[in-house]
Amino acid sequence: MLEIRNLHAAINGNEILKGINLTVKKGEIHAIMGPNGSGKSTLAKVLAGHPQYEVTAGEVIYEGKNLLELAPDERAREGVFMAFQYPIEIPGVSNAQFLRLAYNEKRKHLGEEELDPLEFKDLLKERAKVVEMDASFMTRSVNEGFSGGEKKRNEILQMAVLEPKLAVLDETDSGLDIDALRVVAGGVNQLLTPDNAIIVVTHYQRLLNYIVPDYVHVLAGGRIAREGGKELALELESKGYDWITNPNVAGSANLNAAS
Amino acid sequence: MSTAELLSTQEYKYGFVTDIESDMIPRGLTEDTIRLIVEKKNEPEWMLEFRLKAFRHWLTMTEPKHWPNITYPDIDYQNIIYYSAPKQKATKASLDEVDPELLRTFEKLGIPLTEQKQLAGVAVDAVFDSVSVATTYKEKLKKHGVIFCSFTEAIRDYPELVKKYLGSVVPTNDNFFAALNSAVFSDGSFCFIPKGVRCPMELSTYFRINNSESGQFERTLIVAEEGSYVSYLEGCTAPKFDRNQLHAAVVELVALDDAQIKYSTVQNWYAGDEQGVGGIYNFVTKRGKCAGKNSKISWTQVETGSAITWKYPSCILQGDNSIGEFYSVALTNHAQQADTGTKMIHLGKNTRSTIISKGIAAGRSNNSYRGLVKVMPKAEGARNYTQCDSMLIGSSCGANTFPYIEVMNHSSSVEHEASTSKISEEQLFYLQQRGISQEDAVSLIINGFCKDVFLQLPMEFAVEATRLLGLKLEGSVG
Ligand SMILES: Nc1ncnc2c1ncn2[C@@H]1O[C@H](COP(=O)(O)OP(=O)(O)OP(=O)(O)O)[C@@H](O)[C@H]1O
Ligand SMILES: [Mg+2]
Repeated sequence: MLEIRNLHAAINGNEILKGINLTVKKGEIHAIMGPNGSGKSTLAKVLAGHPQYEVTAGEVIYEGKNLLELAPDERAREGVFMAFQYPIEIPGVSNAQFLRLAYNEKRKHLGEEELDPLEFKDLLKERAKVVEMDASFMTRSVNEGFSGGEKKRNEILQMAVLEPKLAVLDETDSGLDIDALRVVAGGVNQLLTPDNAIIVVTHYQRLLNYIVPDYVHVLAGGRIAREGGKELALELESKGYDWITNPNVAGSANLNAAS
Repeated sequence: MSTAELLSTQEYKYGFVTDIESDMIPRGLTEDTIRLIVEKKNEPEWMLEFRLKAFRHWLTMTEPKHWPNITYPDIDYQNIIYYSAPKQKATKASLDEVDPELLRTFEKLGIPLTEQKQLAGVAVDAVFDSVSVATTYKEKLKKHGVIFCSFTEAIRDYPELVKKYLGSVVPTNDNFFAALNSAVFSDGSFCFIPKGVRCPMELSTYFRINNSESGQFERTLIVAEEGSYVSYLEGCTAPKFDRNQLHAAVVELVALDDAQIKYSTVQNWYAGDEQGVGGIYNFVTKRGKCAGKNSKISWTQVETGSAITWKYPSCILQGDNSIGEFYSVALTNHAQQADTGTKMIHLGKNTRSTIISKGIAAGRSNNSYRGLVKVMPKAEGARNYTQCDSMLIGSSCGANTFPYIEVMNHSSSVEHEASTSKISEEQLFYLQQRGISQEDAVSLIINGFCKDVFLQLPMEFAVEATRLLGLKLEGSVG
């Protein structure tokens, strides 16, 4: 579904991604972890087509297409979804209005009939159950005045409405309380099918107890420094990143193990 | 890619010209011109006097070119045609006698006038250049005692009412353009809602300028007697000509005790091309007087057209507990200039006013809000709330806010909030990430920004306004 080859990307002339390689197949869950500033959000935004990032080398093939050639809205209509680490407020535009427009764009793209406000209301009601979101949020302006956790929940509501093929969830867990985490993670699990794939960016093993990854990738210094199965997350939790990012520590650890 | 430069290269779809023979008077403005207009319109002596008094005053006045934040070349007032009417029978017994070409024109503008096709729930007075060509639902309204007719007919059929109220809110010497209008106005709409009547349908006037050489000087007078209610809508378009045309209208509203007038405008005069060639100079005086206690006047305007907009729909809050409201969206693009706002004059006790202004500037345009809140010494407990928000699209446009506050009563409260924002790249990206095209994203953000104003518009007008803003910003590029 997704193949990232030697991806380099820069912002304001600073190279942040320095050769990322990543392959995601249908039905898989990938976790991306890594220290602050290592480039996790950058990778997510580059995949979504944020205009401020410049891809300086490499390629991204998504469903057989060159993803980097598509405008952000085209990527979205092709099924690429990104849950924002910091969701944006759109004053005066109701959540329902926004979601219906987005949903209908996708339907049009698929050559399907658009839904009118009443039909959409029913659909929205159904999808809101996935993340247990109260109806009162549908008439409020998009993310305006939402608490941190509510914003995150709203991101997954959007995912539930748009049913993306590839969802990149950027630290959706941060800001959620323990109960909300369970609900939202449960919602994400409901949305996983054999035909789609999810990349979760997180700092915490806790989320991965709910959304169990097939692979864990550790990003450091703009490269994937380490890869493994879900155990890797547990290992990181106990050892911290130093173990990967600081070659001396890692080296001495290995030596110790060998002796 | 950046948010910069939104272009509205969208064709102005109302830019066509109707080929119709006109009865025109020669260019220029003298007392003889006024006599000729009065003669053409068969007006009584008192109207001639009203006009001449205004004209003589106008001669002593200077054009307000310095205080508004607008620039334009000098207007040659002797090079304008002050009266241009499509040739047709003087009095029309029924709509069937209206020139089919005119009916077709209005139909094309989305305003069908013939019996079979008339818009449901809205009575329309259709004004073409200098004259009203048709008014729908006149008879039906009459049954409720509501008078809705062209100004020409009002002068002929209801002289006492017109005499009583004409110039009572905007005196002939009020300002340069109002004086000019008072001298030469050719037609317009007259509405009278008698005591205790809730007008059964929306009343509306649709203004169309067709002749490239003429100006349009129309007059609207709405009187709502005690306890009555009316909602009035105004729409306007003009063909695309490469020379500027003057539109100087006067609108007067009078609300007596417990009466309510809701006045909504969607202004879409031709704005000129991208280089700023052509377009309407829209110099309009609109004022309402809340003459009676507990009366209320609301102005809602969506200004999207005209090369220059100069208008300040105002309320004189004379009756105790009266309420004045001003809700405005002004969008300027390319080389358009708008200097618009309101005046709320608090005279009576416990009078309240609300001002919500949303200015959107794109291209190289210039968009200013200018508002006066004046609380007179006797206005105990008067309250005003003003909110002025500007949104800039691109970096070559300008937005300004000029609030004037004069408070002469210490028991009153005046609140003013202002903000300036830009459509952020992050907002656009967020919406695009959900599959919404950049153009639709801009439109959505703008509509959200204008929501508080659109909520005030009657349903059909709100839909039209939303569509119009979308069109005006179509072709937006990042
Ligand atoms: N406009 C910019 N100019 C220069 N550097 C930037 C800019 N935007 C982001 N960066 C830098 O890019 C690097 C990667 O940021 P990114 O947001 O991808 O990190 P992250 O891995 O998501 O971190 P976190 O875990 O804190 O969310 C950071 O060092 C950040 O400071
Ligand atoms: Mg991040």
